[in-house]
Amino acid sequence: MSELFPFKQVMGFVFSMVLTAVALGVYFFDMSFAVGMTVLLVTAFLQAGLQLVVFMHAGETEDKGAIYTNVYYGLIIALVTVFGTLLAMVWDMG
Amino acid sequence: MEFFERFAIPNPSFAIYASMVAAGITMIAIVAGLTYFKKWGYLWREWLTTVDHKRIGIMYLISALLMLFRGGVDAIMMRAQLAVPDNTLLDAQHYNEIFTTHGVVMILFMAMPFIMFFMNLVVPLQIGARDVAFPRLNALSFWLFFMGAMLFNISFMVGGSPDAGWTSYFPLADNEFSKSVGTNYYMIAIQIAGIGTLMTGINFITTILKMRAPGMKLMQMPMFTWSSLIANVIIVFAFPVLTVALAMGTMDRLFGTNFFTIDNGGMSMLWANIFWVWGHPEVYILILPAFGIYSEIFSTFSRRNLYGYKSMVWSMVLISLLSFLVWAHHFFTMGQGAFTNSIFSITTMAIAVPTGVKIFNWLLTLWKGKIEFTTPMLYAIMFIPLFTLGGVTGVMLAMSAADYQYHNTMFLVAHFHNVIIPGVVYAMLAGLTYYWPKMFGFMLNEKIGKWTVWTLSIGFVLAFMPMYITGLDGQARRLYTYSESTGFGPLNMVSFVGAAIMAVGFVLIVYNIYYSVRYASRDISADPWDARTLEWATHTPIPEYNFAITPEVKSSEAFWDSKKNGHVLFKGNYEKIHMPNNSGMPFVMSIIFFIWGFSLIFSLWIPAIVATLGIFACLTLRSFEKDHGHYISVKEIEDTESELRGA
Repeated sequence: MSELFPFKQVMGFVFSMVLTAVALGVYFFDMSFAVGMTVLLVTAFLQAGLQLVVFMHAGETEDKGAIYTNVYYGLIIALVTVFGTLLAMVWDMG
Repeated sequence: MEFFERFAIPNPSFAIYASMVAAGITMIAIVAGLTYFKKWGYLWREWLTTVDHKRIGIMYLISALLMLFRGGVDAIMMRAQLAVPDNTLLDAQHYNEIFTTHGVVMILFMAMPFIMFFMNLVVPLQIGARDVAFPRLNALSFWLFFMGAMLFNISFMVGGSPDAGWTSYFPLADNEFSKSVGTNYYMIAIQIAGIGTLMTGINFITTILKMRAPGMKLMQMPMFTWSSLIANVIIVFAFPVLTVALAMGTMDRLFGTNFFTIDNGGMSMLWANIFWVWGHPEVYILILPAFGIYSEIFSTFSRRNLYGYKSMVWSMVLISLLSFLVWAHHFFTMGQGAFTNSIFSITTMAIAVPTGVKIFNWLLTLWKGKIEFTTPMLYAIMFIPLFTLGGVTGVMLAMSAADYQYHNTMFLVAHFHNVIIPGVVYAMLAGLTYYWPKMFGFMLNEKIGKWTVWTLSIGFVLAFMPMYITGLDGQARRLYTYSESTGFGPLNMVSFVGAAIMAVGFVLIVYNIYYSVRYASRDISADPWDARTLEWATHTPIPEYNFAITPEVKSSEAFWDSKKNGHVLFKGNYEKIHMPNNSGMPFVMSIIFFIWGFSLIFSLWIPAIVATLGIFACLTLRSFEKDHGHYISVKEIEDTESELRGA
């Protein structure tokens, strides 16, 4: 019976609902811009990771290595682009 | 009448009217020719609807060659204008339009399809596959690219050319300073072609990761396949940035948003930033497959394996990562502080390290090799010193403090032509000569080929070396004329002579094709260069299914092993082969994209909405279509094989 019950998927679903609720909280509770954005960013990335691993089955096939390498590579490039842009256009702009 | 006024060109000249007439006559001639020789059916069945990677490759090649000549004519006009001081051959407006078109055409509509040609033709063969992973998507990629390129190319005849440079920096590119629809063409034509390129990226990553012949590990892929894999990874990560930038630019121009405006909270510098986040990786998308082609050529004509296979692969992986970390070096002078510039200076110089590793690997491949000076090899040998010179001046430009002197001068123009021409264009021409017999069953003439290499190289040195000097003396790029007192005149005349000699070189290529079509021997083997990788293991002409039996591979030079070391490539018997069906959908959908783009450029909202619905209709149809492909029976395979073997 325990093999038949999709325990991982159900927990994943519950967790993703919790994340959505927390993100919605930013709208309903009064908090500063910085705190709100932090909550949104953290929940968004957790949510994306959850979807990828639990519901899109990353890591369940043989090409697990290629999939995760791609994800990490994309993450690194996105972060470099965002922070590099902030550095050049905002923080260090004379 | 008012409706039609928008299609008029804002700055007409005799040359443009003459081009219109020439284009019209060419169109009529093509239509008349197709009708007279009853080739419409052939064109539709064999080319417009094909999903065969080899045919799609050849269509990329034809487009790339056409665009090479289009961009080359632009280059000659610019050099002629600058040949003497205070020249009046072109006025400022035409000069602006021409250098913009030259840049866009050469990078996006010449170099890119040339790369796509090689990837399409060679990659499935090199990994022993029957086609790419998604053949119909591949056809859609080609047709989107083609329609994007055609849309861009009609701009100078309908509505006016873009004139804000191939980088199209805001605020110059916004409605206030670029009033004609030219920049709309830029935004939308490149968008359409870019979507096609992005699909190619996904297609080839999947193909290379999933469809390799049994036994071929990643570290046993031929070097061109490796370079294509890395280039496609860069495409997938870099092109979305361009897509977004162009979409934002389009909205600024058409819908009055304020992403890149100066007031209302917009930031025009952000365009330059995002453009180069894509733009720098883009140059590596071009150069890495070129490096791959050189690697194949060096090892084939040195008659030995490629030196330092693993370091070649790792240096490419490193280049692909570093290519995303250097973009701000394109605008060192925009106002960010010394701290930021230092970071980007260092990352830029770091790229010279893996590139240097590759150069040394090629030199060490030549070392103790039995070198054979064929035309492709001559291109490759020329590439090393000329490209290294471009690399060294690149390191000079990378020093941000010094860049304040070089920025936007002819020194920069000389630098990037010095890497792109010997790096990319020579590789394309070398590869074209190298793979020509595989495609068409005869070789290009070696003697004319070698004359071409020397002509192009002499022309290249004469055309671009003087620019380093005038650049250091302060001649700015993109200025349509200069006064005699600057003293730039004589060196610019030398440049013009060099450009003219290069033009002769390109005419020689056309003559070589003509000559070889008429006189070259058709009696050549399927492996005329005595090459080492799998693409030479199949017949010439290549059958539809590439390999009758899927080859088995144990090293990166499986074909060489089968020739010299008794490795058996093809084991087992013929089995029926599953192949994809042709489809007219990619072509039709791309035509709708063309109409969509054209309507948006001229703000014709109703046709734009109709075309958008048409695109979605195509997507929906495709989703519900059942197309299981077709099988080639064992009997047909046997017939084809015995015919190709000449038995």
